[in-house]
Amino acid sequence: MGYPKDRRYTKEHEWLEVKGDLATIGITDHAQHELGDVVFVELPKTGAKIETGKSFGTVESVKAVSEIYAPASGEVLEVNGELQNKPETINSDPHGAAWLIKVRLTNAAGISDLMDAAAYEAYIAEKGKETSA
Amino acid sequence: MRYLPKSPVERQEMLAAIGKKSIDELFSGIPQKYRLREALKIPGPYSEAEVIQYFKERAAENAAGYTSFLGAGVYNHLRSVVTDTIIQRGEFLTSYTPYQAEISQGTLQAIFEFQTLMCQLTGQDVANASMYDGSTATTEAALMAERLTGRRRVLVARSVHPEYREVLKTYAKNSGLRIEEIPFAASGTVDAKALQRALGDDVAAVVVQSPNFFGAIETYAPLAEAAHGVGALLVVAIAEGVSLGLLTPPAEADIVAMEAQSFGLPPSYGGPFAGVIAAREKYLRQMPGRLAGQTTDAEGRRGFVLTLATREQHIRREKATSNICTNQALCALAATVHLTLLGKEGLREMAEQNLAKAQFALGELLKIPGVKRTFDAPFFNEFTVELPRSVKIVNSHLQREKIVGPLALGTPYPELTKHALVCVTETTPRAEIERFAGAVKRALEQPV
Amino acid sequence: MNDKIKKASRHVNQNEGLIFEKSSPGKRAFELPPLDVPKAETARALGAHHRREGVEGFPEVSEIEVLRHFTRLSTWNHAIDLGMYPLGSCTMKYNPRVNEFVARLEGIATEHPFQPQELSQGCLKILRLLEKCLLEITGMDAITLQPAAGAQGELTGLLLIRAYLQKLGNPRKKVLIPDSAHGTNPATAVIAGYQVENIKSESHGQVDVEGLRKLVTDDVAALMITNPSTLGIFEQRLPEIAEILHAKGALLYMDGANMNALAGITRPGDLGVDVMHLNLHKTFSTPHGGGGPGAGPVAMKKILEPFRPVPILVEKEGGRLALEPVRPDSIGRVKAFSSNFGVLVRALAYILAYGPGVRQATEDAVLNANYIRKHLEGVYELPYSLPSMHEVVFSDALQKKNGVNTMDIAKRLIDYGFHPYTTAFPLIVPGALMIEPTESESREECDLFIDAMKSIAEEAAAQPEIVKTAPHTTRVRRLDEVGAARKPVLRWRPAAPRSTAAD
Repeated sequence: MGYPKDRRYTKEHEWLEVKGDLATIGITDHAQHELGDVVFVELPKTGAKIETGKSFGTVESVKAVSEIYAPASGEVLEVNGELQNKPETINSDPHGAAWLIKVRLTNAAGISDLMDAAAYEAYIAEKGKETSA
Repeated sequence: MRYLPKSPVERQEMLAAIGKKSIDELFSGIPQKYRLREALKIPGPYSEAEVIQYFKERAAENAAGYTSFLGAGVYNHLRSVVTDTIIQRGEFLTSYTPYQAEISQGTLQAIFEFQTLMCQLTGQDVANASMYDGSTATTEAALMAERLTGRRRVLVARSVHPEYREVLKTYAKNSGLRIEEIPFAASGTVDAKALQRALGDDVAAVVVQSPNFFGAIETYAPLAEAAHGVGALLVVAIAEGVSLGLLTPPAEADIVAMEAQSFGLPPSYGGPFAGVIAAREKYLRQMPGRLAGQTTDAEGRRGFVLTLATREQHIRREKATSNICTNQALCALAATVHLTLLGKEGLREMAEQNLAKAQFALGELLKIPGVKRTFDAPFFNEFTVELPRSVKIVNSHLQREKIVGPLALGTPYPELTKHALVCVTETTPRAEIERFAGAVKRALEQPV
Repeated sequence: MNDKIKKASRHVNQNEGLIFEKSSPGKRAFELPPLDVPKAETARALGAHHRREGVEGFPEVSEIEVLRHFTRLSTWNHAIDLGMYPLGSCTMKYNPRVNEFVARLEGIATEHPFQPQELSQGCLKILRLLEKCLLEITGMDAITLQPAAGAQGELTGLLLIRAYLQKLGNPRKKVLIPDSAHGTNPATAVIAGYQVENIKSESHGQVDVEGLRKLVTDDVAALMITNPSTLGIFEQRLPEIAEILHAKGALLYMDGANMNALAGITRPGDLGVDVMHLNLHKTFSTPHGGGGPGAGPVAMKKILEPFRPVPILVEKEGGRLALEPVRPDSIGRVKAFSSNFGVLVRALAYILAYGPGVRQATEDAVLNANYIRKHLEGVYELPYSLPSMHEVVFSDALQKKNGVNTMDIAKRLIDYGFHPYTTAFPLIVPGALMIEPTESESREECDLFIDAMKSIAEEAAAQPEIVKTAPHTTRVRRLDEVGAARKPVLRWRPAAPRSTAAD
């Protein structure tokens, strides 16, 4: 799968799409693939504050729990409620319908340091080599 | 040794196959100076007959042959031999936690049936596969309420079993949970006014027991209303499960913590029993312990698996809902078989007999001059009476007549010296109740 | 069927629905003796609002149906009584039937925990003798039999440590736990009010002693260590580890889950361990019963004795035994009533049957594990090569090349008539196969297991599909765990009437 060019990516496998001071956050195709079939997602409530590098939720498969780390700081404006009933969307459309939260950014610093699509693809390719070695 | 399936020759051959000269070489990882040089100083080896002999001798030093009027969280009820026949089947007795679902369907389906029975009894949506006992289930229910509300104060009625409260305090001490106790009213039930005064928006849970430690039956609706009014959860502990055959279930509770000992498990000097947590479906993710769920296999057949394991310690480690691993599965199976045998009619009839016998026993005791009821709330199979002299003295007289008397309440409740907690179940014959009342009367008439 | 499958062959077992689906009003499986006192007027005795009309949905079936129902269900389980159950870390050994017999004796099973202690001397003597035996086996000074299971033993042990350090002025903040530990260790530390610091194993799978030296600060309350580790390897530098901790005022907790590798050979108390729990349902053979009950006694050094949970078993003049309810420094109670007494009875019956011969059981368990290791080394990858004790951990690295993982091999083992080994644990071995035969397996059974494992390795290379889609002989195929977790169905409910079936 191609990684959308209009996003930024973290080493913990979240993506971030910024439009002005609004941002949409999700997890990457690589992340969903590593996790396997997603069975449950725990997300913050609207109005909650998230902070760069801190966990704001979890994604669960049958035998693993994965923390989701905030790629930026902000206030949660909208939460993808569809995922409660259809967590499998994260497996089928991680970069689209399975966005997790929308936030109003309180601090844009650091976002430009995140990886672009090409850098992220290179990063996961490198990681793949490490684990198979 | 009869349990070990190897001959000396086989041991030698196996050692040779590994390329070792002696058994000692197998322990080369253990530094020489730490290896035991002498045989352990423990009795044995005993033949099977000697093992039996040892325990028969111990059994004879206990209270066999006495009629008991003790309850207080551990109850004597009729048990069918069918229950024991089933749980002694090797396929149940000698199997592990059903992690490999394809060859554990028997255990898994039985757990699913157990969960269903517990939901039906308690009026709750979901129940787990068991906790250690009623005391730890009550404690885990309080911790669950803490996680659900994000609050740190728990109000627990003093009429909750004293040992349940002790366990709660042990667990709470280091987890930052503050435990406050709510007194009981003259009726024997929770003091509603005191509860109201103690409630606040920092309260995670109100914990009550019903029938409570004094046998008194609590009314759930006002307790739930009071707790919910400040955003707290109502936790109801059930120590005598048979009561649910006749009493309104705690459907208003948010979490129910139950002791399943009454369902086919012998008193066994305090354990093993089985605890249960049942709750509203919306609280499922914070529930501790194993859960069996229904699903299908690759060919569409119904089957069962352990599910929602991400709550548990083997996956979530330090962030788990509880540290529980081994639970009380075989006890839960005994409860499942027992309740299935009893069925709807049997459980109700058993409960009715308990009520009738306890009513009769109270009547007999109240005929004795000086004996009074302590509380006036309705009760199930246990009640509290005040005697005109020390319960301990009365009990030592009863003991001479081969009766284990009621529990003296003075130790857990200093204000209730001279008060006794009497338990009568369907297993206590009328003649024994009459003999007991007669013996109490004689004990009270004895010169000091 | 594959002609290499020697131990198992197909057999028929019967289908059986849920008990609720058999129910029909008016059937019953249990009758009570007639009531010999006047019937109570329930509404008057209880108050109308407390009264219930019976439990909605409870089954109504006959005795033969109950017996058949559960007997049929039982035939769907694998069990030690049927054959080898080599679950690593779980110690699935033979459960002698005499233990079941004595636990059910009149005068043992019938006793009430609140009955007078002068009428409980038999129970108390059983507890006393078990205490003495366990202290001798562990080399410790004092013990509590109260904890209901290993995890509760861990909590008790950490609370003892906390109370001891508190008494000295500072309970400290952290508990160190190796990355190879059971999940209960970190979960327990949190309940005891400690932060968990995970420590990495060194390349041989042992605790990194030099690294540990740096980590042990004044903030560290204890190290929780499993010995032998979950790799089945003895921690050779344990006494040194104890010294490092003690020099900083911290204590050494040993998870005794693997005590069956040490009993009669060496004693944790002699190795510098301060406190440990025992899993009586592992080492001392009380039945696992599909997940419990167990018991988790905690043995300790003298410094921790004053903090033991109440009640405390004490010997009075004339040898009379008593349970004392009050101790000023006690951590409190961890469970109502005395203990999982019935489990303790079984454990004592087991110990008495062996006597000092417990050592022979340990030797045979280690012999079996090494025999299997020897024959499967090379067939499966052995990631850590230090001597194995009671269990051996391989990895699926060789089979992974053909897309076959440890879970697939485990499931295929079922077709060969064995219960799988433990999969995917310990976490430090990717794709772990953790095999613990116990002393209860004969050479013949070990050989059959080895043949099966070799045959599966061949299949994984030649026809991996057959392994990846296993098991093929069970009454259900692999079950949809994903569906079970996404839409949990955790109880039976009566079928909804047709008109409302849509919701």
